[in-house]
Amino acid sequence: MTDYNFAYLDEQTKRMIRRAILKGLAIPGYQVPFASREMPMPYGWGTGGVQVSAAALTPDDTLKVIDQGADDTTNAVSIRAFFQRTADIATTTRTADATVIQTRHRIPEEPLRDDQILVYQVPIPEPLRFLEPRETETRKMHSLEEYGLMHVKLYEDIARHGHIATAYAYPVRIEGRYVMDPSPIPKFDNPKMEMAAIQLFGAGREQRIYALPPYTKVVSLDFEDHPFDASKAPHRCGLCGSEHSYLDEVITDDAGGRMFVCSDTDYCEARRAAGYVGRDAA
Amino acid sequence: MTPLLSAAGIRKTYGAHIGCTDVSFDLFPGEVMGIVGESGSGKTTLLNCLAGHLAPDVGEVIFDTRADGPRDTVRMSEPERRMLARTDWAFVHQHAPDGLRMNVSAGGNVGERLMAVGARNYSDIRQQASDWLGRVEIAEDRIDDRPTTFSGGMQQRLQIARNLVTAPRLVFMDEPTGGLDVSVQARLLDLLRGLVRDMGLSAVIVTHDLAVVRLLADRLMVMKDGHVTETGLTDQVLDDPQAPYTQLLVSSVLQV
Repeated sequence: MTDYNFAYLDEQTKRMIRRAILKGLAIPGYQVPFASREMPMPYGWGTGGVQVSAAALTPDDTLKVIDQGADDTTNAVSIRAFFQRTADIATTTRTADATVIQTRHRIPEEPLRDDQILVYQVPIPEPLRFLEPRETETRKMHSLEEYGLMHVKLYEDIARHGHIATAYAYPVRIEGRYVMDPSPIPKFDNPKMEMAAIQLFGAGREQRIYALPPYTKVVSLDFEDHPFDASKAPHRCGLCGSEHSYLDEVITDDAGGRMFVCSDTDYCEARRAAGYVGRDAA
Repeated sequence: MTPLLSAAGIRKTYGAHIGCTDVSFDLFPGEVMGIVGESGSGKTTLLNCLAGHLAPDVGEVIFDTRADGPRDTVRMSEPERRMLARTDWAFVHQHAPDGLRMNVSAGGNVGERLMAVGARNYSDIRQQASDWLGRVEIAEDRIDDRPTTFSGGMQQRLQIARNLVTAPRLVFMDEPTGGLDVSVQARLLDLLRGLVRDMGLSAVIVTHDLAVVRLLADRLMVMKDGHVTETGLTDQVLDDPQAPYTQLLVSSVLQV
């Protein structure tokens, strides 16, 4: 063990964050203000998610950290090491073994269970931000359920592109009440949000926490004649051959060569270990 | 006949300074009332009190709602008042960018009120938007352009289309022709007059331009230093002013 308090934050701060989390769970989709602390990392690197994880972790937990689906990128590796050092807890890269999963930009492909917690890093929690810059006004719009403006954004998409071109951070309505920004996950992941695990959202710079209890109803906004479509690249994974997972396009040379691979590295590795082989696996 | 809007004893002060005081009037359906007066006479304060943007210190503003009959809009809850503001009321700002979303296309601007009251069919919204652009004489191929690319007169007409798309019954206008050159003003007035007559709108128009009220208003209220100095039929007040201030106001207009 180190000289840090368990999971870096002091106990008072964790209590304050837990109160915000409980309030968020009681009012699904509502943005609860909290006194975000300075963390030893820059804003935009997951300060909100780290504080929520720190408040949610217990010494028996196993932590997994995902950055854009991958376990081995800078952000994921450094946050995992951070909690290893400050909380001395077990970490894993396997979705099934984890009890707390902190994520940036993805939901794991493997369905989560009711004994797991998914923590999202959120850059901008306010879905109405780019339409209405005044925070006083957006709060009033949330409290009065004035969400017509959200559809103006989708209208603009269709008018300009012929279809709803918003592909990530796609706005959702929670239990017919609050409109919520699901953090910048691809819209492919939106239908997965009605899940068994608890979902917590932390925005450090904006000082907001919001949450979804298990099996909360999450509806992606759309028009009657332009329904929501959870699309993905129409390919198979080049390594594991999966046709149901979200894919990253990887440029392989400067002659137009490219391949599509699962963005969820753990899912892809598990499939390859089970003997699935894709077209580009050498 | 029940008045559509009925103001009784409106008073609004800013500290010791009087914004407007002791204003009472009835506005009947289909009627257009003009409020004229010099800068600082309390016209805009009064309009903001009537439209629910400001809470008057004293007085009642009774609006004949579709559902529940006459209601005091000053004392109704904020959600109810905001609902009125986006269905039965319209507010045309003097400065068009105040009333428009400048980073949203013309079609989106017109469609916003429809979507705010629950329209969720893209084709219908677009059809109505393009219909309304036609009615305010904006070419339909400009529907996907942003208001930033429009001229001042077009922006003002777009603001009017955006406000009238939900078929409101009462329109508040704050200097609708301010800042436009005279030929554009004339076209806008002509358009407004047509819309008011066709849709049977009631309107309260605040302006310092007597020509505007001469063309549009049935009745006139003249304000000075927060007080109403004279009221009456428009032609009567302008052709035979009784109060000294109104005489001054009418004689101040240059005859070309």
